Amino acid sequence: MTGNAEVKVRIQDLSKAFHTNGHEIRVLEHIDLDVREGELVCILGPSGCGKSTLLNIVGGFLPASSGDVAIDGLPVRRPDPRRIFVFQERGVFPWLTVEGNIGFGISGLPATERAARIAHYVRLVGLEGFENAYPQELSGGMKQRVEVARALAVNPDVLYLDEPFGALDSITRLVMRSELLRIWQTERKTILFVTHDIEESCQLADRIVVLSARPGSIRRVVEVDLPHPRDLSSPRYLALRDSILEEIGLAHRI
Amino acid sequence: MTDGNRKSEIGNRDEGAPPLPVGPRLVESILLPVGTAAVLIAFWHAAVRLSHTDVFPSPLSVLRGVGELARKGVLARYIADSLLRVGAGYSLALVLGIPLGIALGWYSTAARAVNPVIQLLRPISPLAWIPVAIVLFGVTNVAAIFLIFLASFFTIVVAAMNGVRNVPGMYLAAGRNFGLSVPALFSRVIFPAALPRVLTGLRVALGVAWLVVVAAEMIAVNSGLGYLVIDSRNAGKRYDLVIAAMLLIGLIGLVLNTLVRQVERLRAVRWGFNAP
Repeated sequence: MTGNAEVKVRIQDLSKAFHTNGHEIRVLEHIDLDVREGELVCILGPSGCGKSTLLNIVGGFLPASSGDVAIDGLPVRRPDPRRIFVFQERGVFPWLTVEGNIGFGISGLPATERAARIAHYVRLVGLEGFENAYPQELSGGMKQRVEVARALAVNPDVLYLDEPFGALDSITRLVMRSELLRIWQTERKTILFVTHDIEESCQLADRIVVLSARPGSIRRVVEVDLPHPRDLSSPRYLALRDSILEEIGLAHRI
Repeated sequence: MTDGNRKSEIGNRDEGAPPLPVGPRLVESILLPVGTAAVLIAFWHAAVRLSHTDVFPSPLSVLRGVGELARKGVLARYIADSLLRVGAGYSLALVLGIPLGIALGWYSTAARAVNPVIQLLRPISPLAWIPVAIVLFGVTNVAAIFLIFLASFFTIVVAAMNGVRNVPGMYLAAGRNFGLSVPALFSRVIFPAALPRVLTGLRVALGVAWLVVVAAEMIAVNSGLGYLVIDSRNAGKRYDLVIAAMLLIGLIGLVLNTLVRQVERLRAVRWGFNAP
């Protein structure tokens, strides 16, 4: 996955501080990161390390205090339909059916094309038969599929996933990870995936960016040269997991 | 509704059809209240008989009173007139209140300026407005409609305002992410997200509007159920007709509430209500 692919997302010397009650809280410090086109990068860190804030800045939802984010060489100033942010499944619109949600971002398309696109992504995420169901009638994993399909339907270049499987039970989470890998291999999107789950990052990522505790800065970037599908009991996988565990453990001790 | 019930509705493709209560639930929701009413009517009948009162009517004479109104041809007309007045005042409150509430929910500075005034006016009973209504509109039908408008307006404004304020930021972020313009954000995200709260406000406001029909029709209108209460008392102390009008008002209020509750069962808004 690495090779000579173009740089898609370039984060340069990015810092973020919040001001509350006259106190300055430094959340992120001097983040430098290049994400290549088609790469799946996990941003891993302890809770409160600012990894979600980083994703929100890259997504254009929050301004940086200093530094730059550029995508395809152009600075990011606001959210853009070419880059879709996937929340935990709570971002699904409860007043729309599965079809209505998946078609939300493509209302400008001609009706037949829109219907075909919706049908395609319903199939891709395995929700056939639930097209007219409302989110409240679905399980958490199914809602998460709806949200991923809604994001993919607008054919974005980049997906931002903010602990997308954090609210799911552990079995559903495993299924959703392999589903995400399958979809990523079909659709070839650039993916930035925020998680605090070491196993999750080792199973998914091309590269793992390990952040320190607040103020978050990059401790280490780990290239994962394990091919998919990954054997979760192989010595190489376990060695990788243990090295990151140690890294995070050190982060906790500081 | 339990999670299990929700799952069982997945196969139900019938748009807008709520799962109807069946079997024991139907018996409970119809027969139990009817039974309670029967016991109360029996108690009422016995109390009138045993006390030998000449003034307070028995259930039977109230029923005969309703029959008398129907024969004279005023029953349907009074009901229609009351519904029209409430309909006019309530519709006006709805048409003005929802846009105002939505605007106040969105522009927090405007809300800070206007909300205290609303909260000041809201607790004032519509009864207290009667003299003001008469000064403004004279002893006319318009004054009655104005009172009903006032009774429902503030409830609707506050419901719409809170509905918009409480739209989860995640929905707004998602809407912006998909490139929606501000008008599209309103029509496709903010309004549907706020709708359950707005509907609750509309239901409560309709109840209050109907509640003040008696007070509103005290203002020299000469038809309607509220007028019937006042007129029957003044013209010959016809307490059978007073009670008949009261019970009709209660019955119609119940019907209105039940109708509005049906709207809350539509699938596009049902997510916002806890009740099944």
